[in-house]
Amino acid sequence: MAYGRGAAAVRAIDEVTLDIARGEFVAVVGPSGCGKSSLMKLISGLHPPLGGSLTVEGKPVTGPLKSVGMAFQNSNLLPWRTALDNVLLPLEIVEPYRRQFSKDKFSGKARALLESVGLHGFADKHPWELSGGMQQRTSICRALIHEPEILLLDEPFGALDAFTREELWMALRDLQAARKVTVMLVTHDLREAVFLADTVYVMSSRPGRIVRRCEVKLPRPRDLEVTYTQAFQDVVHELRSLIRG
Amino acid sequence: MDRREFAIKVVSPALFTVGLFVVWEIVCRALHVPLTILPAPSDVFGALWQYRKPIWDNSFVTLWTTLAGFLIATLFGLALGIAVGWHRALYAGIYPVMVGFNSIPKVAVVPVLILWFGLGEIPAVITAFLISFFPIVVNVATGLATTEPELEDVLRALGASKLDIMRKVGIPRSLPYFFGSLKVAITLAFVGAVVSETVGANKGIGKLMLDAQASFQVPIVFAGLLVLAVLGILLYAATAAIEARFTGWAFRGQANR
Repeated sequence: MAYGRGAAAVRAIDEVTLDIARGEFVAVVGPSGCGKSSLMKLISGLHPPLGGSLTVEGKPVTGPLKSVGMAFQNSNLLPWRTALDNVLLPLEIVEPYRRQFSKDKFSGKARALLESVGLHGFADKHPWELSGGMQQRTSICRALIHEPEILLLDEPFGALDAFTREELWMALRDLQAARKVTVMLVTHDLREAVFLADTVYVMSSRPGRIVRRCEVKLPRPRDLEVTYTQAFQDVVHELRSLIRG
Repeated sequence: MDRREFAIKVVSPALFTVGLFVVWEIVCRALHVPLTILPAPSDVFGALWQYRKPIWDNSFVTLWTTLAGFLIATLFGLALGIAVGWHRALYAGIYPVMVGFNSIPKVAVVPVLILWFGLGEIPAVITAFLISFFPIVVNVATGLATTEPELEDVLRALGASKLDIMRKVGIPRSLPYFFGSLKVAITLAFVGAVVSETVGANKGIGKLMLDAQASFQVPIVFAGLLVLAVLGILLYAATAAIEARFTGWAFRGQANR
């Protein structure tokens, strides 16, 4: 429930308690409609809890959190802004950047971030000039630019084709390794969850509750090859058996 | 612009317009239409040249009253549209009154305006304003109301205030609607100014046509109509150019084709 120096505790939906350590990569999987997205909206502060308490870093959540970065299933890029301007958006809103915001000052940082996910030379393109995968990369950059403590990803790769999705797994893996950011990923793709996460939580259908906490012991850094190993398959298989329907 | 595009965008409308005048000329000559019923284009252009000085002076008056009314309508319409789009209670409160007001034929208002402000340019400016602000308000409010909640969520997740969301998402998102409505509004403003001049004024194209009609100088009446049409096209084209300049992102499909 409480957050000390090293762990965040969050309680949501129907008696859901998640302990997330700083820098941990957590995935939440479950059948559709089990409240995965609601859980995420609660944590981000987009939706207030109806009962119970919600604390992130020891402070009760009453409204949207500044220490959180969010990316959604749709990239939700603003079509009138270039990729660069989309990435800069949080800095125009979130303190302390807001006070000192100027495009010149931060565009270097944004360009570097875009380049770190493989978007060299696309910073000045508009969203419609980017492929779906590129849009989603931009969206993740936007969620990270203000250096949040927690990155919340709500099925960020759900709308992408299989190859692009795997590419973005690697991009996310590298980003997380480089920045040591705490990530909470909501997904219905078990392979994705096992490949990326340190801990996978399995949720059941309404009322949403956690039925299993599963630590993925596969060594890091993980390569795509790992998804074809028996150990990987076993974890995926075990998780699958916990989800009915 | 390549040759094919040039043919479509320049040659085609030019040919069509010239063709229209040619047919008009032929019909008038072949059927011996009296000058007082329908003057041939040659007569109209003759009158246009002969009376170019008064026509130019009066066009200028009509043009500036139109633009003044349009400018006020733009500022007022934008402000009211944002206010209406901001809060549902405001929307519900203001909307019926606005629809009712918009339903009043503006010709009926002109005598009142003349009563208040006297004969002159002011009634024309106000009529132009009254007739053209409504589409701007409706469009801006619609643009704000149809903003995707997902886009707003992006900002809300960052702890943005309602004002922030309006500035960063709502207003940019509704700009295509706003500029689209300007094209409608500019033609309406023009109609408003001319209508006001025909009801009562001492200057303007409308007044000029009224005087010409009273003295059966039908070619001048048609010269006035011609000037109105040309001015209308120019004003429309100007607003369309501004629209394309500011909201290119909303028209990417056409731009890429």
